[in-house]
Order: sequence, then structure tokens, then C-alpha cells
Amino acid sequence: MNNVKYISMVNITKTFGKVIANKNINLSVNKGEIHALLGENGAGKSTLMNMLSGIYIPDSGSIFIEGEEVKFSSPKDSIQAGIGMIHQHFKLVEVLTAQENIILGQKTGFFLNKKAIREKIEEVQRKFQLEVDLDKKVYEMSVGEKQNLEILKVLFRGAKILILDEPTAVLTPQETAKLFIIMRKMKEEGCAVIFISHKMNEVMEISDKITVLRKGETVKTVDKEKTNPQELTELMVGYPVDLSIKRLEKQGRKAVLRVRNLRVENEEGIEVLKGLNFDLRAGEILSIAGIAGSGQKELCEAIAGLYPVKSGEILFKGENLVGKNPKEIIAKGVSMSFIPEDRLGMGLVAAMDIVDNILLKQYQKQKGFLVNRKPATSKAKEIIKKLDIQTPGIYHPIRDLSGGNIQKVLLGRELDTNPELLITAYPVRGLDINTCHKIYDLLNEEKAKGVAILYIAEDLDSLIGLSDRIMVLSNGEITGIVEARKATKEQIGLMMLGEKINETEGAYVV
Amino acid sequence: MELVTSFLAAAIVAGTPLLFATLGEIITERAGNLNLGVEGMMLMGAVIGFQMGLVTGSPIMALLAAMLAGALGASIFAVLTISLRANQVVSGLALTIFGTGFSGFVGKELVGQVAPDSIKMFFKPFSLPGLGNIPFLGKVFFNQDLFVYLGYLTAVILGIYLYKTRKGLNLRAVGENPGAADAASININLYKYVHVLLGGALCGLGGAYLSLVYVPAWQENITAGRGWIAVALVIFATWNPYKALFGSYLFGGLDIIGFRIQGTDIQVSQYFIDMLPYLVTIIVLVMVSLRKSKRNAPPRGLGVPYFREER
Amino acid sequence: MLYKFVKRSEITQRKSIEIRTVAILLALLVSALFILILDLNPLEVYLAMIKGAFGSSYRIKQTIINTIPLVITSLGIAIAFKMKFWNIGAEGQIMMGAFAASFFALRFPELPPFLLLPLMMVAGIIGGGLWAVIPAFFKAQWETNETIVTLMMNYIALKWVTYLQYGPWRDQKALGFPKIPNFSENAILPNVFGVHIGWIFALVLIVLTYIFMNHSKLGFEIAVLGESDNTARYAGINIKKTIVIALLISGGLSGLTGVIQASAVSNTLNVEISGGIGYTAIITTWLGSLSAPLILLVSILFAALIQGGSFIQTAFGIPEAAALILEGMILFFVLGSEFFVKYKLVKNVVYQPVAGKEEV
Repeated sequence: MNNVKYISMVNITKTFGKVIANKNINLSVNKGEIHALLGENGAGKSTLMNMLSGIYIPDSGSIFIEGEEVKFSSPKDSIQAGIGMIHQHFKLVEVLTAQENIILGQKTGFFLNKKAIREKIEEVQRKFQLEVDLDKKVYEMSVGEKQNLEILKVLFRGAKILILDEPTAVLTPQETAKLFIIMRKMKEEGCAVIFISHKMNEVMEISDKITVLRKGETVKTVDKEKTNPQELTELMVGYPVDLSIKRLEKQGRKAVLRVRNLRVENEEGIEVLKGLNFDLRAGEILSIAGIAGSGQKELCEAIAGLYPVKSGEILFKGENLVGKNPKEIIAKGVSMSFIPEDRLGMGLVAAMDIVDNILLKQYQKQKGFLVNRKPATSKAKEIIKKLDIQTPGIYHPIRDLSGGNIQKVLLGRELDTNPELLITAYPVRGLDINTCHKIYDLLNEEKAKGVAILYIAEDLDSLIGLSDRIMVLSNGEITGIVEARKATKEQIGLMMLGEKINETEGAYVV
Repeated sequence: MELVTSFLAAAIVAGTPLLFATLGEIITERAGNLNLGVEGMMLMGAVIGFQMGLVTGSPIMALLAAMLAGALGASIFAVLTISLRANQVVSGLALTIFGTGFSGFVGKELVGQVAPDSIKMFFKPFSLPGLGNIPFLGKVFFNQDLFVYLGYLTAVILGIYLYKTRKGLNLRAVGENPGAADAASININLYKYVHVLLGGALCGLGGAYLSLVYVPAWQENITAGRGWIAVALVIFATWNPYKALFGSYLFGGLDIIGFRIQGTDIQVSQYFIDMLPYLVTIIVLVMVSLRKSKRNAPPRGLGVPYFREER
Repeated sequence: MLYKFVKRSEITQRKSIEIRTVAILLALLVSALFILILDLNPLEVYLAMIKGAFGSSYRIKQTIINTIPLVITSLGIAIAFKMKFWNIGAEGQIMMGAFAASFFALRFPELPPFLLLPLMMVAGIIGGGLWAVIPAFFKAQWETNETIVTLMMNYIALKWVTYLQYGPWRDQKALGFPKIPNFSENAILPNVFGVHIGWIFALVLIVLTYIFMNHSKLGFEIAVLGESDNTARYAGINIKKTIVIALLISGGLSGLTGVIQASAVSNTLNVEISGGIGYTAIITTWLGSLSAPLILLVSILFAALIQGGSFIQTAFGIPEAAALILEGMILFFVLGSEFFVKYKLVKNVVYQPVAGKEEV
């Protein structure tokens, strides 16, 4: 072979404690190639890439760049070898400006020579068509802007190999399209791009080659032209799966939740929900779509009594919840769970075991001064069995469980309270296909029981597949409520960016 | 007028130990480490500086020894919290307990001794040429001892370092988001160690000012809670060295106000006036917490140990 | 690098106690170097300390008397620490508890003991509790840094008692000596088996605190809050209320310590009433891993250390501050040892980077 691979990773193995994250993995990528790394959660994609970027050190195996073996002991070595990684959670310092983030860690002179460097950055920007306002502080940026900044940062450092770790997870379809333009530009410039994803359609759209990982091992590397989504899914999961999401017929009964003119202000006095109006009926799944930070969290918290309401009404079975405390609202049959980015911060206590985490939603109903752990213990065993939760035992801190199992504990607990209104935000965040479907099934089960479900998620495909109606929030306003059966991703994407639609089908009955 | 200028000038003198300790804690916290051992490190610096001053009579040696002692205290904290990832709050408290014991132990024989004349002479106030003759300001700011001038200089140097240099930028990133700094190939542990130790050295200097210049004699527990006020001043100064100047001198003023009031007709018990610095610290903290904003927030990585292979 | 640290997946109780014990031994070893510098035989000094703490029935009693305030204060601190509320204001809370009790002891010296003593205790618990509630309120309302506020309040409490001792409460009959008059017989806690009744309080409180922390609703809420504010919020826990009540209990226990020290130990109020107990208790709380039974064990160890420390002061002329150094040293080593409880060193056989750079 005269054609030396640009990057090749040979027989890479990495373990964390008893967990084998990567086992004899092989991967090779050429110049000017977009190479997708496909696999379920926990398949070892991120671990592998973290070794390529010098964050982890492999236990065994070799990495070659242009045929020469390299040993990375820190990110520095990897950057010097021309590798740049865009992490799922951006590695940006929030209080610094874009430019400061770019020059961070660079070694050119003692003082910050802002002007001289500025021209160099702008040159890279022009070359790759990256729009970034260099004087903006990171905490003022949208997710899309932050991502552009991350890409600019690594390109400025001379990266020739780009690793993108699930870059589209937080983007709107329009932002994703822009990102793909940039990726193609990088390809034209001769860069190698490694693209981690579990979204089949995106992989099919952008990549040249696809390597599938499963349970820490390489399954196969295929040419995009010679494969199809069905085959890829089977490779990924290990057996044939049905990718379609079941949608139950809406029960169509009376409205359980009616929100009227809901206005909410944040601590700085800025209105974050600007007069929302909608209804949610029993046996219905109403989804909320929107760019991160459009008011989803505030809406959830306002309904649950966790966020002060400025004006308006939240009517639950005709009774106004505004002004009630969270305890009272929970007692009325409202369940709210929110999976934050770190998966643990809200709703669960990482250091506690499953029993205590279940107790968290039980103890307030118990009488007396002391808590009784018996019901929670039997409930824990029940939930583990029913939802097939992998854990060393019910008395094991849940922080040691995998993300999927943690989320099952949370959802299992919430469903166990037999709510009439179930608000669930990002329940499938970062889960693999199988677990996702398990959770969709659970939600459908509740729907069949007549529970009103407010469902918030990032993935538009699942949103459209699962729900009855989709409400789009943009900047604290409802830009429209559409029937999921008729909705398209493009239409929702535009609404997420603030474009209002005229028809608001069955938005609410006065 | 004479009264006001002399009061302000004295406030600066009284604020100088606070200034050094505050600056020390600022760079420590900028590296993401909350070291509550300031009181302990000040005491270590105070006693070793004083001891060295007595033995050698050399002010330079005394200051170097004080810095070394403070850095030594900080190094214990650094090993515990950076390499061994121990709880920062408790490690800092342990350092304060240790430092208090250490100064009591070493200083047992020194109680009542006075700093040597050579050192007193060295730190005698003098007028800075030119600046000292400015009306009012000259009297307040520029008729001071060398140590006070060193305080101005340290604050300004640290300010330039933090906001105008690459290393300062890197340091801020380490304290804000070590993960991001690490990805930018900054050596996190090196930055943390260097700044925690440097912070300790500055705290040691603050202590030495008390024992060698301010008092200038050895007494048990010579810091009397100033280390803790310095920790509060860091918050007051929003981690900014320039604002630390203002805060320190303000509290220096509070420290001496009781003394000054005794000469006047105002009838307040000495003990209540002694409460003032502590009371004002609380009020200031509450006020700072009332006006929260992103600009004035503490470094976001503060108090959290960093370990790259964590998962 | 030939070795690397990996997170232990689980650790047996025995192993973690072993590690801590080794840490304490190492601390003693390093402190021995200190003693060697003083030209003394460390072994002799340590033996003398043990003798000083347990050598006679009088000394054992003294050690028990030193243990009582440490235990009760530590229990209080543990409740706050469990919530990750860094209450280092026990010193002041003890002082204010003692002050509140002294108010009644001095005001109503003629009240019969069965009325006066409960009154003093309730007053002391409220006094200490309210002193802790002030920083708790600021924390709950505006997230004001509690570490510094609680500490500042120690100094304020100290100045307050100093004011009383030198001012309005000063004993006119003490011939110019600045002290507060002694309590009447009625205001002094009785002895049971030769040691004041505080030891019974301490034992009962250990059991109660254990139940409170592990089996009560409020204890559970405190634990949840300590782990995550947001989770507590989502579970419908009233955060502000929980913080304030927890600190009322935390400070209340310190206040009770103040009552015991004032009534049974010094028979009056003075500025040395807490004598650093509030600070030492922080260490015992931490070393006892916030667990009530372990706190008892560690408190005995530290009481012996203090008792032995003052003995060697007279026997060898070692400054009392040496005990503080030893305390600090033990704390350093145990803090450092936690790392080895969480992580273990394993051999890295296969992969050896050429760069040879440190990984951690």
C-alpha cells in the first residue's frame, strides 16, 4: 500500500477500574475524509477519541499519524500533532471573550498582544467561513456560536485532524446545515474529520466512511455508498431493530392543564416566558421544541411551583397552581422530572442509593417524624426488575450506574407516584436507541392510562414520532403549536428560530 | 484636616497586612483553590519572619523567611488539595489550626520581645520624592514605610499579571474551567501549585508586617482574625487586586477607629468598637451577596478538585 | 509511568479504617520528628501523654470532662456539615449559649435547681441556636458565604462576653479582678458517678443524633440538600426552612455545650469558656466522618490529646501549642489519606509512554 493512512489507531485498549471501555479497537482515517464514528452510548466512542486527543492514555495499543507512531501523554502532545477535538461539552471559559479563549494556552510572548493575533484569527475565519464575534463573552453566546468558536479555536491552533463529538445534539436543523457546510470546507482544505454521532440520517448525509463500535469493540468500517441505515443500526445494536416510534391514538378528553398568559421573570428581571397560552389534555403527549434556553426549564419549573410566576394562570384540573408550593403541587398529582446536562443534578442524589432516591418522593406522604424505608426498598426492587436496571444492588450509590440506568431510576420513580400530569424534560438525553425506545414505551403506557404528558426533548425526530402536538418555544414565546402528524423538521426548525406561524391548530380552547 | 490625613495614613498602615493576605488569597482562589488557611499562614510568616529578624537583624532575610514560611504552610494545603484532592474547606481549616499551633510553639520564647532597631529603621516612613509633596494625597499615601510601598507595587503587578499577560489569562482559565484550560494544554497542576504557594508567601509577608513593623513585637495570636477578614475581603474585592487595595485600607481604618475615638468625647465601649471590623465584614458579605452578577462571580472552578481521568 | 491511580469501585469498611489508622500513625511519626528537634524522646513524650490522659482515676475523669463538650459540639457541627453548610462558628455559639444560661443563673440564683437548670439549658440552646440562625438566614436568603460569617460571629461573641466580663457583669467583690460572679449552687449541674451529668447528655445525644440523621424526615432532607440544592428543590423540600432549622439544631447543641461548660466546669461565664472547643470539634467531626458513633471515638482520642498535652507541658516544658500542632498534623494526614480510600495505586504494565511525563 503506497497510500499511508493519515491517522491509524491499532489495537487500542482502555479500562476504567473494572470496566473495559475500549477493547482492541482499530480505526483509520484518510486526508480529506469525513469519517463517522457510530455507536450506542457506552460503545466507547468518546473514550477512543479522548485517547486520540491525549486526555486519556491507552492501556495498550498504538496510534500512528502519517505512518509514524505517536505517544500522547497530554492534550498538548496531541495538539502539536495537529489533532483538535470539539467536545460535547464545550471546553470554553465562560467569562472570557472569544478571542481570549482562542489564545488561551498559546505561547507567544509575555503580554497579551491582542491586535497582532487578531489578524491571524480573522484569516482563519475567512478561510473556513466561520462567523464568530471575537469580542463577545462566551456566556453571551448561543450554542451554535459557541460551537463555531470551538472549531475556530482548534483550527487556529493548526489542527489538521478534527474530532467532533456529537456536535449536532444541541443544534437546530438550520444550525446543523451550517455546520455541515463548515465540515465540507474543512474536507476541501485537506483536513480529516472524525464525526461522532448516533443520528443515522446525519451520518448518511455527511460522512464518507463509517466505523461502527459496539460495547467497546470495532464492529466494521464501511463506505457510506455501500450501506444503509438499517444495516448500520443492526451493526450498532447487534440485532435487527425497529426504528419507528409507536404513536398511540390521542385519548382526546378534557384539558388537564390550562396555561393562560403565563409570564415569568428571571433574577435579573428579564422576562423569560412572555405570556404563554396552551392546553394539555388527558391522554395526550404535548412536546416542547426549542433551542436550549428558550424557556423550557422555566416553564417546567413554573408549573411545578419552583419558579416565581409574575402573572398569569396555571390551571390544573381547574385549580390555579400559581402561588402553591412544590410540596402541595406534587401532592396534587403533578410529577416533574428534568434531566440536566450532567444527568444527576436535578431529581436524584448521586451519592445516595436507589432506595433513598425513591424515598425522596415517598417520605413526605409518610406520617410522623421518622422515615420508613421499607416501602421504598420493595419499590426499588420492583423498579429494577420492571425497567431492567443494571446495578450491583439497591444499596449502591447511583452515581456508579450508567447514564441510562440512572434515567430509568428517575423515570421509574416518577411514574410510580401515579401522576395525572407528567412533565418530563430530556428523559432520553444521551441514551442509546434501545433504552430510548424503552422510555418511549413507558411514556406511551402512561398516555394510555390517560395521563397528560408534557414532553421536552432535543431530538426532533423522536419528538415528531412520539407526540400528538408540538409546541415550539423561541425566546420565551410560543411561535406555534402544530399537529405532530403533519409537522416537518424544517418547519419546526424555522419556528425554533423565531418564525411564527399563523395556524395554531387546536392550541387551546377558550 | 490634620486629623483626617493622619487617620487615613494610619488606616493604610493598618490595612497593609490585610492587603498582602488578600492579594495572596486572590491569586490562590484565581487558581481555583479556596485556602481558608490564611490566618495560619500569616501566623507562620509572622513568627518565622520575626525570629529571623531577631537572629540576623536583616530586614531582607526576615521578609524572605516570612515568605518561605507562608509558602511552606501553603505547600501542605497544596499537596492535600491539588495532588490528593482533599476537601479544600477542611484542609484550609486544618492549616489554620496547624499554623496557630506552630506560631504558638515557636513564639513561646519570643513573647514580649521587640523587633531589632535595624529593622525598625529600615521600615521607617519616608516621603517619596515628588509624590510625597502633593497636598493631602502625598501625606496620606506617600509618606509611608517601604513595606506599604511594596504593597502598592504588589497589587499593581498582580493586576497587570492577571489582566494583561498570557500567564494571567491562563491562570484565570485554570480557576474558571480547568477542563477547558487542560484542553488548551495548560499544565493545571503546575499553575495551581505555583499560585497557591505564591499566595502563601504573600500571606506570610502580611504576617511579617504585623510582627516586624506594625506592632513591632511578638505577641501570641498576633493576627487576631485578620486572616479571616482577608478571606472576606477577597469576595469584597471581587477577586480583583486593584479593588483589594481599597478594601484593605477601608478595613485598616476600621481596625484603628477605636483607638482614635478614645481620644475624643464619643462615649462608646472599647469592646463594641473592637467588634466593628467583624461586624462590617458580615455586612459587606451580605451586601455583596445581594448584588450578584456574572462579572463579580467567584471563579467557577473554586473549591473543586481537578482530575483528568475522572469518569 | 509505571503506576497509576484508579478509582476504587468499592472499599470495605475494614480497609478504610485501616487506611485512616495508618494515617494517624504517620501523623504521630512526623510529630515525633518535631519532638526530636526539641531534644526530647518522642516515645517518652507520647507515653507521658497517655499517662497524663488515663494514668489515674482523676485523669480519666478529666479526660471524660474534656470529651463531653467535644462530643456535643461535634454532633451539632456534623448536622451542619452534612448539609455542606460550613459552620465554623461553634466557638461563638458555645459562648452565646453560655451567655444566655448565665443570664438566668445570675438573675435568679434562688430558683430551685429543678426549675433553674432546665431554664438555663433551654436558654442556652436557644442562645446558641439563634446565633447560628443568623448566618443560616443570610445563606438561605442570599447565599452569603457562611464560612466567614460564622467565623466573624465567633469574634463578635468573644468581644461581647469580654465586654460583660470587664463591664456590666463584673464582680464588684473580686477586688479589681475582672471576673463575673460565680453561679449559685442551684445553677450548677449535678454529678453522676463522680463526673458531671453532661456525660449522660452526651451519650443520649449521640443516640438521638444518630436517629435524627439516619431515620428522620428532617435528617433525610438535610442529607439531600447537602448533596444537591436542585434535587432538594425538585423534591419539594423547603430549602430556606431546612437550612434555618438545621442550623438552629446545630447551634443549639453548641449552646448546650456552653451551658454545661459554664455551669458544671467553670461555674461562671468567662472569655475562656469555649477555649477552642469549637475549633477542635470541627476536626473531630470531620475525622468521625459526620457519624455520631465515630464522633464519640474520635472525641475521646482528642480529649486525651488535650489532656495529655497539658500534662506534658508541665512534665517536659513543651508549649501547650504543641497539642495544636499534633491536632493539625493528624488532620492533614487523615485528609490526605481519604485519597487512598477513594483511589488505589495499580501497576501499569503494558503501556509506557516515552515522554515519561507525570499523568496526575
